Amino acid sequence: MAKYSFRFHKQAFLRGLKDGVPISLGYFAVSFSLGILAKKAGLLPFQGFLASLLCNASAGEYAAFTVIAENGTYIAIALATLVANARYFLMSAAFAQRLDPEMPFFHRFLLAFDMTDEIFGVSISKEGLLNPWYTYGAVIAALPGWSVGTMLGIIAGSFLPVRAVSALSVALYGMFFAVIIPPARKSKIIAGIIAVCFALSYVCTLIPWVRDLSEGTRTIILTVVLSSAAAILFPRKEQEETEERA
Amino acid sequence: MRNAYIYIAVMAVVSFLIRVLPLTLIRQKIKNRFINSFLYYVPYVTLAVMTFPAILHATGSIWSGAAAMAVGIVVAWFGFDLFKTALSCCAVVFILELFLVR
Repeated sequence: MAKYSFRFHKQAFLRGLKDGVPISLGYFAVSFSLGILAKKAGLLPFQGFLASLLCNASAGEYAAFTVIAENGTYIAIALATLVANARYFLMSAAFAQRLDPEMPFFHRFLLAFDMTDEIFGVSISKEGLLNPWYTYGAVIAALPGWSVGTMLGIIAGSFLPVRAVSALSVALYGMFFAVIIPPARKSKIIAGIIAVCFALSYVCTLIPWVRDLSEGTRTIILTVVLSSAAAILFPRKEQEETEERA
Repeated sequence: MRNAYIYIAVMAVVSFLIRVLPLTLIRQKIKNRFINSFLYYVPYVTLAVMTFPAILHATGSIWSGAAAMAVGIVVAWFGFDLFKTALSCCAVVFILELFLVR
């Protein structure tokens, strides 16, 4: 196994920086629509900036902002964040398999901070042990797009024409489709699960009692129940995972 | 609203813990098949559940929301990236609402 010195590695850092630029642009558009949602939840521009800078999660922040909009409890927001971000647990676990076992803790802390779908994607696609400096480069390029975009979304949400706000509101859902649809094309099981999720999520807005639960609570319950059902009905073989995630 | 900064602190701590625990503690592969499968399906389920029917009420009209969903699924199906998929959804809503919403 190749040994890394964990000192600054300029070449890897610059490569990461370059690969991070398109990610940053995509983040900017999407987080702008997240900002519109944050504004509806009552957050100030600086608070939205802070939330995005510290959390770096589209679905997680979306779920959390829904809870804030409903004036939910701190427990509810913790649970919503946990469930919506559960996939990062898996990504970090996969990422950990590709690190030098001797990598010091502070590198692991820094790498964890911005483990998003896109940063995970560009980092893990490299061969062999992962160089943390490549990931840092990508993060430094991408991070401002996300946090500044959220802040501008909150500010501009108040003076942009209604039409434009309405159109930008769906950017976030577009990003969700970009994450879930390509794997659905490859796997009938995932396609079926997504269809069932859409249907049951809709049904839950109709049936008495369940429809009175907050949106955040419904998301948590549906996620736990449906993912468990899928895991029991369609358990996955060991090798499948890492290949497809990468 | 409760204290926004406490909300943000809770979000930040939970988001960070989820990511840092596997990176620092799990140095071997997770073996349990149910947990592996469960974790694998969670992103698809949670994103799907959050998207529908919420997308119908995100815009000025149910129909533009539905159209954004149809276009988003088709564009993502053909493998366009995050940015292009998001942009197509926005574009279709903007164009449709020129007619649907006055």
